[in-house]
Amino acid sequence: MAHGPAKGITRWLYTTNHKDIGSMYLWFSFAMFFLGGIFALVIRAELFQPGLQIVEPNFFNQMTTMHGLIMVFGAVMPAFVGLANWMIPMMVGAPDMALPRMNNWSFWILPFAFMMLVSTLFMEGGAPNFGWTFYAPLSTTYAPPSVTFFIFAVHIMGASSIMGAINIIATILNMRAPGMTLMKMPLFVWTWLITAYLLIAVMPVLAGVVTMMLMDIHFGTSFFDAAGGGDPVLFQHVFWFFGHPEVYIMILPAFGIVSAIIPTFARKPLFGYSSMVYATASIAFLSFIVWAHHMFTVGMPIAGELFFMYATMLIAVPTGVKVFNWVATMFRGAMTFETPMLFAVAFVILFTIGGFSGLMLAIAPADFQYHDTYFVVAHFHYVLVPGAIFSITAAVYYWLPKWCGHMYNETMGKAHFWLAFIGLNLTFFPMHFAGLAGMPRRIPDYHMMFADWNMLSSMGAFLFGGAQVLFLYIVVSTILKGKKATAEVWENPEGLEWTVPSPAPYHTFSTPPEVK
Amino acid sequence: MFKRAHRLFAWLLAPAVLMTSYQTLAEKAESLKFNMTEGVTPVSREIQGLHMEMFWWCVAIGVVVFSIMFYSMIMHRKSRGVKPANFHESTGLEILWTAIPLVILVVMAIPATSSLITLYDSEEADMSVLITGYQWRWKYDYVDSDVSFFSNLSTPRDEIDGYAPKNPNYLLEVDEPLVVPVGQKIRFLVTAADVIHSWWVPDLGVKRDAIPGFINDSWAVIEEPGIYRGQCAELCGKDHGFMPIVVEAKPEAEYNAWLEEKRAQAQELAKLTEKTFSFDELYERGEKVYGQWCAACHQANGEGVAGTFPSLKEGIAVGPIDEHIDVVVNGVPGTAMQAFGEQLSEVDIAAVVTYERNAWGNNMGDEAQPIDIYNHKQGN
Amino acid sequence: MNRLLPENPVAALSIKLGVWAVGMFVFALWIMPPMYDAFCEITGLNGKTGDRYEVTSAEVDTSRTIKVQFVATNNQGMPWEFAPEVRTVEVHPGEQTRVNFEAFNPTEQKMVGQAIPSLVPYKASSYFHKTECFCFDQQHLEAGEGAELPMFFIVDRDLPQQIHTITLSYTLFDVTDRFEDGEDNVASVTQ
Repeated sequence: MAHGPAKGITRWLYTTNHKDIGSMYLWFSFAMFFLGGIFALVIRAELFQPGLQIVEPNFFNQMTTMHGLIMVFGAVMPAFVGLANWMIPMMVGAPDMALPRMNNWSFWILPFAFMMLVSTLFMEGGAPNFGWTFYAPLSTTYAPPSVTFFIFAVHIMGASSIMGAINIIATILNMRAPGMTLMKMPLFVWTWLITAYLLIAVMPVLAGVVTMMLMDIHFGTSFFDAAGGGDPVLFQHVFWFFGHPEVYIMILPAFGIVSAIIPTFARKPLFGYSSMVYATASIAFLSFIVWAHHMFTVGMPIAGELFFMYATMLIAVPTGVKVFNWVATMFRGAMTFETPMLFAVAFVILFTIGGFSGLMLAIAPADFQYHDTYFVVAHFHYVLVPGAIFSITAAVYYWLPKWCGHMYNETMGKAHFWLAFIGLNLTFFPMHFAGLAGMPRRIPDYHMMFADWNMLSSMGAFLFGGAQVLFLYIVVSTILKGKKATAEVWENPEGLEWTVPSPAPYHTFSTPPEVK
Repeated sequence: MFKRAHRLFAWLLAPAVLMTSYQTLAEKAESLKFNMTEGVTPVSREIQGLHMEMFWWCVAIGVVVFSIMFYSMIMHRKSRGVKPANFHESTGLEILWTAIPLVILVVMAIPATSSLITLYDSEEADMSVLITGYQWRWKYDYVDSDVSFFSNLSTPRDEIDGYAPKNPNYLLEVDEPLVVPVGQKIRFLVTAADVIHSWWVPDLGVKRDAIPGFINDSWAVIEEPGIYRGQCAELCGKDHGFMPIVVEAKPEAEYNAWLEEKRAQAQELAKLTEKTFSFDELYERGEKVYGQWCAACHQANGEGVAGTFPSLKEGIAVGPIDEHIDVVVNGVPGTAMQAFGEQLSEVDIAAVVTYERNAWGNNMGDEAQPIDIYNHKQGN
Repeated sequence: MNRLLPENPVAALSIKLGVWAVGMFVFALWIMPPMYDAFCEITGLNGKTGDRYEVTSAEVDTSRTIKVQFVATNNQGMPWEFAPEVRTVEVHPGEQTRVNFEAFNPTEQKMVGQAIPSLVPYKASSYFHKTECFCFDQQHLEAGEGAELPMFFIVDRDLPQQIHTITLSYTLFDVTDRFEDGEDNVASVTQ
């Protein structure tokens, strides 16, 4: 088994190596990140000033929809799966993933799903234009013909995610090195274990909801059509039953990454390891009983509103515990601020701000004013961009030397951080104000009173986009010509991945390490 | 997909123009809207109070957490020569920072609960308005007084496309506002006739989803006369951004006078059905109707959008007039073409049919009279 | 169950997880919708009203008067004229009342319509009983045909005291398409 990778394209097509597959996931997600980013820039360019300048309203709606779908399912989720593929076997001392051939499958069906999704842009009637939440009946009776391709694409993405999740759980539960007890696992492994369970629980629900759409559109059922005894509100309940756990799927692994990075650069063990595990589990549990907070204005009995309001507010408790633990980890450490640490610290600060607006949104009466405005857009971008994107970026800087054996250029990394940090805040902070002033989301044109905030947002968006081009350059130049990295890379980092050489050999831990 | 190139150019120049035309900063700050409106109803004020309370709680928690964090980031740097401590557990602390947020949450939940109960109490209203969302307009139906009308965006297309300067109520103006009395408890019954919409007026503190087949309710007591503007808040298709809401609150006497006038107008319109119009009258009226009701899909030039909305320069508008009337009155099932028979008066349908048959080089030369439409609707 | 699983722990675990995933799919597709309907019926969510009600007692509570409003909406593409004969009636709880809706098909084709009821306040849904309603069936109207559609209802005597007004809304949908292959498949329309 000690042979290296195969040569040529077949290495990538047939590979069952977790590192190869991890790399493919990461590059795929990077590509999708740029594609989704281009869609976002089309949106921001149109919204730069009042009036319709660049695109038609219908195409604008296609852009918002595709931006959301590509970023959620194409950029963030595959990036986390890629990190899991690369890191989990090395972190638990396993030679590979538990189901290597399924691993190959779950990656290779993804490009087809997204090719299908993106091709809808060129179809008659255009791409899906009903928002990434695709509420019925806009997405059924009133949808463009391409909706069928969208449904199949979602099915394939779902299948890929479920296979990935099964693989990850099987690896974590069955492949740990001797002595690696559950409560000794790095938090990234823990958060991914919980995330994988969430995926298995809710991706089939997403598949279910799009199947119901498919049947309503083509086979004459009436799940969501009031005319035949169905109910469009049922769609929202089922969708958000998937959707709320989904947003935690996009943040829990980020918690794990930050919990790995902060201790390294604070030179102090993570504070409250076991409370972190319990907090993650309780967030995952709560995610199943809060879905209707996305639907406060839909008209629910007051008892329902109160239940979902209280349950949602409760999420602040375990989330708060996590933030306090990170701050306590930093407290009285000996900190340095290399690029991964900068992104991790920005994560803690900005994610907390996103959490605050989340808490405000949880208050049902106030949500009647916030709902479907830019305040909501600001909120979820504050948790997703600094949350998911910054943590993934931090992870890339943190582990890239281990992956390719070369050190990135610290000055350029820091420049990337500051450009991204300023760009992000410039883009999304003004959205709070635009939303509170009364700007609804998903509109291609707006009244002049929102003009200043939108202009700032658009300028920030282009800055943020530019920063990511720099990121691409840094990653490529590090791989091609970075300085040689040591095995430890950082100063006394914790974890099995640092005990193997840099770059990590094609096969690691063929004989399991002894964990004390 | 991309519009004309010269507009792209104008767009590229825009920042420079806007930067130089800015007022002084102080004036700017004055006019800048950045917070939730207090509004003009008891509910909207309560919501705004709640919002501010939540905001200050968040600021307070943020100040504490971020102070500790920044203190630590400044004082506990390796470059200052500090030695890292090694503590990594404290059950006491964990309990403390679980308990304190819980207490704060309870403190937050109490006023939120009471506000929600007020918000839900739509009993004993003085009047009811049925609000129906359409792609892409609102219909208001005064349930107790037999008055009903549609409310369309009235911003001219040229302002949207940048050929004319934007007026102060750009995109927030309609041809017929919802007129209501001040000081009365108004119940809004909200529903939709196609996809889901959401009726939102920030100053009233009212946002309710309009769901096809189902009815929702909300309420408001408007305390000050005035004009309050809002927008559709739920993505409802292409022109989601172009279906504003305008509510005009009037003192009771003025409101009653308006209601009377509205009834008289309806009777007037019924009379118009029997009148015979000249071709020019019809064409002129039809041009206006077309702009408000048809141009969103079939475009101002009648050419439609390939693949989605058919061109009127061929097909139905240059075919037999009976079929043309039938399509406008009864719609085309299974497509975006609505049945306008219930939405437009006989006069307006006759006018728009006449216009479509004779505009953009369609030289059919014939016309439809209101009575033809009436007869068509009666099945004759 | 465990005897059916392979010895290999990885395979056994993967199969279990796969079964879970399939189970969640089944849950979403076949269990959530009926669960939701049951939930709506119990709580009055969305103002869905119940099926045909059998009168059990004829006692009338004359101490209270409830205002019942009727509103009618045509869904997109439904050209019928459709409206209640009266927009408001005042009733005592327990007394049976008849209200007529008028429908007229102005088109040149035979059409089928389905009215969907919904009422506010939701709290009142389970106290509003229809003993006879045109909304229980599809309505078939020939070209140019009109019809008087009756609806009989009783407001329950247990209606909560704080409710004084009930608004019943009907949305009329064009379901002609669903009847293209003849009129025998009426039952298959309601899922």
